[in-house]
Amino acid sequence: MKKIIKMREMKENQRGIIKKVSARGNMGRRIREMGLVPDVQIWVQGRAPLKDPVAIKLRDFTLTLRNQEADNILVEVEEPS
Amino acid sequence: MMRKIRIALSGNPNSGKTTTFNAITGARQHIANYPGVTVEKKYGSVNHKGYEVEVVDLPGTYSLTAYSLEEIVARNFLVNERPDVVVDIVDASNLDRNLYLAVQFKELGIPLIIALNMVDVAKTRGTKVDEEALSDLFGVPVVPMVARSNKGIQDLLDKIVEVAQEDHEWRPEIITYGNDIDEGLNKIEDVIKKAPTLDKKYPERWLALKCLEGDDQIMELMKGDLESSREIEGIRKRISKHTMNTLEEEPEGIIADHRYGYIAGITKKSVKREIESRLNLSDKVDKVLTNRVIGPVIMLLILYGIYEFTFRISEAPVGWLEVFFGWLKGIVSGLIPDGYLHSLVVSGIIDGVGGVLGFVPLIMFMFFAIAIMEDFGYMARVAYMLDRVLRWFGLHGSSVMALLISGGISGGCAVPGVMATRTLRDPKERIATLLVVPFMNCGAKLPVFGMLIAAFFARDRARMLFVFTILSWSFALFAAKILRSTMLRGPKTPFVMELPPYRVPTIKGLFIHTWERTWQYIKKAGTIILGVSILLWAMMTFPGLSGEERQFYEDQRVENRMSFLTSPDVKGLVQNEKDMKDLEEVLGRYEGSFKDGMENPGSIAESPFWPVAEQIVSLKKSGGRAQGETVLYIPLALAYIDYGEKNGAIGLEEQQAALRGTIAGRIGLLMEGITSTIGFDYRTNIALVGGFLAKEVIVSTLGTAYSLGEVDPEDSIPLSEKLRNEPGWNPLVAFTLILFIMLYVPCFITVISIKRESSWKWACFSIAFNLVMAYLVSLAVYQVGLALGLGT
Repeated sequence: MKKIIKMREMKENQRGIIKKVSARGNMGRRIREMGLVPDVQIWVQGRAPLKDPVAIKLRDFTLTLRNQEADNILVEVEEPS
Repeated sequence: MMRKIRIALSGNPNSGKTTTFNAITGARQHIANYPGVTVEKKYGSVNHKGYEVEVVDLPGTYSLTAYSLEEIVARNFLVNERPDVVVDIVDASNLDRNLYLAVQFKELGIPLIIALNMVDVAKTRGTKVDEEALSDLFGVPVVPMVARSNKGIQDLLDKIVEVAQEDHEWRPEIITYGNDIDEGLNKIEDVIKKAPTLDKKYPERWLALKCLEGDDQIMELMKGDLESSREIEGIRKRISKHTMNTLEEEPEGIIADHRYGYIAGITKKSVKREIESRLNLSDKVDKVLTNRVIGPVIMLLILYGIYEFTFRISEAPVGWLEVFFGWLKGIVSGLIPDGYLHSLVVSGIIDGVGGVLGFVPLIMFMFFAIAIMEDFGYMARVAYMLDRVLRWFGLHGSSVMALLISGGISGGCAVPGVMATRTLRDPKERIATLLVVPFMNCGAKLPVFGMLIAAFFARDRARMLFVFTILSWSFALFAAKILRSTMLRGPKTPFVMELPPYRVPTIKGLFIHTWERTWQYIKKAGTIILGVSILLWAMMTFPGLSGEERQFYEDQRVENRMSFLTSPDVKGLVQNEKDMKDLEEVLGRYEGSFKDGMENPGSIAESPFWPVAEQIVSLKKSGGRAQGETVLYIPLALAYIDYGEKNGAIGLEEQQAALRGTIAGRIGLLMEGITSTIGFDYRTNIALVGGFLAKEVIVSTLGTAYSLGEVDPEDSIPLSEKLRNEPGWNPLVAFTLILFIMLYVPCFITVISIKRESSWKWACFSIAFNLVMAYLVSLAVYQVGLALGLGT
């Protein structure tokens, strides 16, 4: 079953497709510049020792961002129903 | 005459831009700052096919918006300097995101070459780029290369020369961003074309695009023509409202999406992915190194390892330099007669500058270790793992870099550390980091710590240094927390950072990175430290004693000599001043030959005073009778030793009086009122004042302040031993002093750097804040220590 969740809620090793980036201003621009735009595949590579920031793999590289930023990114994931 | 081509090297961070720059220019590099800002500008040149190719290495950027200082600098350089060609280094193994910057160069229209780097890495990951197709579709020349192994560099230079021979017109590419945006762009472009007062350096369509993207710097520029600016603002608002209603996106979001769409269209036709390998080697390494449990453990081990490595490996070369400067001092002492010039050269210049240069090996290996961590890609992981912790203290993951370079592992330098804060975007986080980096144990503090630890905590040196490293981190973080919750209160800034793939550093790159920073340190020794040493020497020498005072001590010396000559044990053997001179000479020769192991003293052994000298030395050494000598000379020898000691005491008193009378001494004495509460006397205060100018001079100044009064400067005992035996010194004082030096003020050059990176206000604040913090901490430690009875 497909479901849209916030990036923060993704589990380690989970895959997903970005559906919406709602961050605004400088932050929003930066996130997009780094390649987080709709229809891009991502998967969660890991989390820092204190569960934050999160490291995600997209395109051909690894990007880290804080949960606070991940809240502004909606991802479509496959959830076992 | 050779014709000149000016090119700018651009590219994403970690795309191999620096490696390419090094490969092109070799050792012919220079560093300067971009005008008005403190971003480093590296440039170099190479001759190729009859052209002199001048290369400017632009800061690594992901984009050309006004997100960071680096991006603004890169953009302004292109627009103002208009280089002939831009070479965009594109990482073939990470093509999509790297092309995002290339698209923006096309929007700007500047002549462009894509240097497709790391094609080998891409291949091993199953990505094959068809360069010709990419070149056709993108409309710019593409040169494949592997900068690390120098492959393709010549082809790139050929291509640069070829492109530079064409005209240098800028031809902005018209990319479509969807109907709404395109329409808006056309309208804004019309407005700009009609506004005569606006800067014509920028292509109009590009300006229009930046307006729609909400670029702060360009919007500010537009205000040069108020009416147009208002009109543009109106168009922008309308479009924004429209896209929000229809697409729920702001224009800037749509523009970015379309750029990526444009890239995807090109890569779909020019890139083949043979295998869908998700987990490459670098990712596997990350599974371990950034593992949530063992990652931090490994990080601590690595940091500790660096610390061990640096100290172990630099021990010998530091020793050699020490010997060298000792030897130099000996030579110079022999050449220059006693007097002000002698003391200026020996105590002022050689001790001061030598003390700094002596630590070059340590600093160099430290920077080498940091360069390995950076080039390997590990620094970014450290920032990633520590971000959550640092955020709690109001700092940012990237603050780690600045803290480590400043001496977070011991032995960095706050000046490059302060400069490293540039990567922080938020001014408040940046200033908070700036203000606390001087608390780190930089290379200049280490000699003082080393000396004091050797004197008072000799049994566990490494452990004590480790304790002080932990303490400096604690103070820095604690201070940051205070600052961020009072004067620098503000929201936390986003953390969006790439974890670059691990790469084995190139030897060349490591050497260049290490040398750049080491050279800054050496330059400092040759300029500022030299000046400071001379200044301090003057402050500790003048005005000196008045004639009357000098007479007073001279009288005491005469009196001492008279009482020696008239003593019953001496009478008859040493009869007058001339005899006394002879005895002193013989003794001097005897001690000389004794030290040098010279067996044959020659004719001087015939002197009647020779056995006396033998007896004196024997008594001094063992307190016993010299071999084969009669008891006859023992009372005389004892009397002479007593005389010598008294003379020494008079000399010491005289020099102490002289030091108190100098400018530095008066300042030190004045401060004793405050510093006595934390256990420092005026001599320590002098060293601390000197330390403000440069921390390196603390040891040599303490040395001068305490060694004054030595009877025999040749036979100097190490300062640490001297302090251990000095009344008023004990482990508690030493511990407090180390804490105080750790915290008290950034050195002069750091203050200047802080000013350059922020303002005079913050530079002055930093001095006051650190002084207060150092005093309060020292006061608490010292007074509690005293109360616990530790002050003995």
